[in-house]
Amino acid sequence: MASIGKIARRSFLIGSAAIVGGVAFGAYYVSRPAPNPLKPGAGEAALNPFVLIDQQGVTLFAPRAEMGQGVKTTWAALIAEELDVELDAVRVLHGPAAQAYYNSAFMADMLPNRGYDVSDFQHSIGQVLGVLGKTLNLQGTGGSTSMKDGYSRMRQAGATARETLKQAAADRLGVARDQLKTANGRVQAPDGTSLSYSELAADAAKLDPIEVELRPSSEWRLLGKNQPRVDMVAKSTGTAEFGIDVRQKGMKFASLRRNPRLGAGMNGFDAEQALTMPGVEKVVDMGDGIAVVASNTWLAMQAAEMVDIDWQDAPYPPETDQVFAKIAEAFDDEPNSTMRDDGDVDALPDGATEITAEYQLPYLAHATMEPMNATALFEGDKLTVWCGNQMPTFTQWKCAAEAGLESEQVELHTTYLGGGFGRRVELDFSILATRLAKQMPGVPVQLTWSREEDMRHDFYRPGAIARMRGAIKDGAAVLMDGKVAAASPVAQVMDRIAGLPAGGPDKVHVEGFFNPPYAIPNFRMSGHLSDIQIPVGFWRSVGNSFNGFFVESFIDEMAHKAGTDPMEFRLALARKEWAPAAGVLDAVKQMSGWTGQTPDGVGRGVAMCYSFGTPVAEVIEVVDEDGSIRINKAWIACDMGLALDPETVKAQMFGGMAYGLSAACFGEITFADGEVEQSNFPDYDALRMHTMPQTEVQVLETQKHMGGAGEPGTPPAAPALANAIFDLTGKRARRLPLMHDFDIMV
Amino acid sequence: MSTTLRINGKSHQVDLPDDVPLLWVLRDEVGLTGTKYGCGVAACGACTVHIDGVAVRSCQMSLDDVDGEVTTIEGIGKPGSMAVVQQAWVDHQVAQCGYCQSGQIMQAASLLAENPAPSDNDIDEAMQGNLCRCGTYPRIRAAVHTAAKKMQEV
Repeated sequence: MASIGKIARRSFLIGSAAIVGGVAFGAYYVSRPAPNPLKPGAGEAALNPFVLIDQQGVTLFAPRAEMGQGVKTTWAALIAEELDVELDAVRVLHGPAAQAYYNSAFMADMLPNRGYDVSDFQHSIGQVLGVLGKTLNLQGTGGSTSMKDGYSRMRQAGATARETLKQAAADRLGVARDQLKTANGRVQAPDGTSLSYSELAADAAKLDPIEVELRPSSEWRLLGKNQPRVDMVAKSTGTAEFGIDVRQKGMKFASLRRNPRLGAGMNGFDAEQALTMPGVEKVVDMGDGIAVVASNTWLAMQAAEMVDIDWQDAPYPPETDQVFAKIAEAFDDEPNSTMRDDGDVDALPDGATEITAEYQLPYLAHATMEPMNATALFEGDKLTVWCGNQMPTFTQWKCAAEAGLESEQVELHTTYLGGGFGRRVELDFSILATRLAKQMPGVPVQLTWSREEDMRHDFYRPGAIARMRGAIKDGAAVLMDGKVAAASPVAQVMDRIAGLPAGGPDKVHVEGFFNPPYAIPNFRMSGHLSDIQIPVGFWRSVGNSFNGFFVESFIDEMAHKAGTDPMEFRLALARKEWAPAAGVLDAVKQMSGWTGQTPDGVGRGVAMCYSFGTPVAEVIEVVDEDGSIRINKAWIACDMGLALDPETVKAQMFGGMAYGLSAACFGEITFADGEVEQSNFPDYDALRMHTMPQTEVQVLETQKHMGGAGEPGTPPAAPALANAIFDLTGKRARRLPLMHDFDIMV
Repeated sequence: MSTTLRINGKSHQVDLPDDVPLLWVLRDEVGLTGTKYGCGVAACGACTVHIDGVAVRSCQMSLDDVDGEVTTIEGIGKPGSMAVVQQAWVDHQVAQCGYCQSGQIMQAASLLAENPAPSDNDIDEAMQGNLCRCGTYPRIRAAVHTAAKKMQEV
């Protein structure tokens, strides 16, 4: 197996294009192999960290969280495309936590550019910077990065494995490698001899890896075409294993209660009554709360409710109004960033009309369908953790610290995620399951949050306020001057998961605020960070989720004030800045038959946001039904640059939109006496079958770089809906959720 | 106390307090994890199973109220031999995260047993108790229509 390291080295080369960009320095260091985490047993060959072949066949590793976005399938398709195997003939696994599975696309998004305006050279720097993800041991799924990350690396992994298998066949058959062909997991010689990859694997593993050019897209069999998802049958038959479904021999079930005043501790508790309840085995002090271990989850949840707990006070203002007053105080401080500052916003251009507006958006819960949970088994010098998570290496590291072990002593099994949306970037559930397991050596224990605990102990989308000032002249926007105030998820997450301080301009805080692809001559956008201590985290599209609403609501207000059709107003601004942004607007204009006129009882609104490399435009149509507002139809257009699986992209677009519309209509987390007031779906509802609009999606591929798919559908949803409701009612929504100010159909 | 349940054609003896909901009996005692916990208050439908063919929320049905044959997602079809409705789910590539889909499928199967050709309004009516945070509703609707057609052909 001496060659595995060499093969791994090749598979981690980051693509010749990046090095041609003139930044090859350090390439040796960053391209040194990360250890292959796959430890082949007898008769198995791990040709690189992504391809394992044994006598049963081929296993591909897709070490990204499958949380619904279809990454397992498309990631495997990237490898399979070059390896010449069919997706229905291979096994696809997530694999262990490992440095080799670092995300090479996270870091590129940190560069302080607008995204859509990057030159080829800047794009190359982003790719080279990406390997920092390896030095940081950053295995993670988020930021709509998976396809950007895997696009070249995984095809290279497949191609290298294929050529090495061919060389093994060439040596055995005494035929030149270039005379051999591959298909369906077999090498075929000109004389008709055919050898399966399984037969060749052991020999191939002894060879030096062989690098080849990747195939041109014109030769693709799988990529760019719709593939049946590899998880679909399991998810349609109840056989897909989520974290909550993990079952181990002798496993106990547990649930917990933690301080509803988030981040505060506990003075003490009385568990006497809980301990008398049937099936209850023990009550464990978890520091800021308690866990109950029982013979089933329900008994544990019931008993947890019976523990009498003396909680400490919240480290933040206890009432919602005070929370927002505190956030607004950030406007008095110097901005953390002013990442857009074009022209002069201080002077009002001659003959222009000024317009101002203030908007406020609530805290939001992720509300994944599968409540938080993790299963752990502590055995003295070894810890095993099972859970759905978006950050395997950090989970492994933090669980090791909790257990008093080294990372290498922690085995992490990543299951399917019953929704992620950013919630499962967090490590709380894994750490707490570890804390509990440490109290029960040798006994596997599954710790499950009740829905109420899940909703009341989230890392929320931060509440945010925007103060907008703009000017219009001759029907067009000539000035936009915006300020946004909110707490920073990046600062909190960096501290929580890596123990690192965040410094400098916080790009995520202002993403979608400083970089809308609109040409406005006087354009300044600033971000003000609030240090309020309510836990916040990454919520599908993060900063874009509030900034998209602020910008696209205000653009709409400007258009109406200017007397210009809101679609044409945007098109004029987008055409001058970036053609793909205008392209998606044009597409939804055509799809929806937009005329700028709507009959009585019908309202239409449009919004266009650029996020995670992808411009998305949405038109929403609402109708008045007996005084109640129903979302009737939606049209979405996105420009992916390259759509590796168009139907999966479409699903992400309408799914992302549904997530945004749900929050816009019904989503809010509020505080009373320091506690979150919402606790379950009856007070945190979402779109349902009868309230989901009929939706049409168009996937364009005109822009130069590949965009992300998982999040960009979300940001335009809320403003497009609010703009449609303005068209219907004449009333502007400057706060969400809409249910407080409008009669939204439930 | 000891209770005998009929689940997916088999008898199961369970020894639990009367008030334990069927959901947790299935998941934590019998080991049938296809049925999911989502809310515990009948607000999301993830726990939907059939009792004598009719969809019920298993989180609200205590053990001593179970009076009939229980069918779970595992009981209507398996990966190699899927029910018509499950095949329709695969054909339309419905699932995203997939967590709610067992409940969606059981609800749809119950609807189709009662109404072999449901209209969009019938689907709205029957399916609105089943929450999906991924927003797969358009494909669920299409899959229900397809399953209805396929079942009528048989």
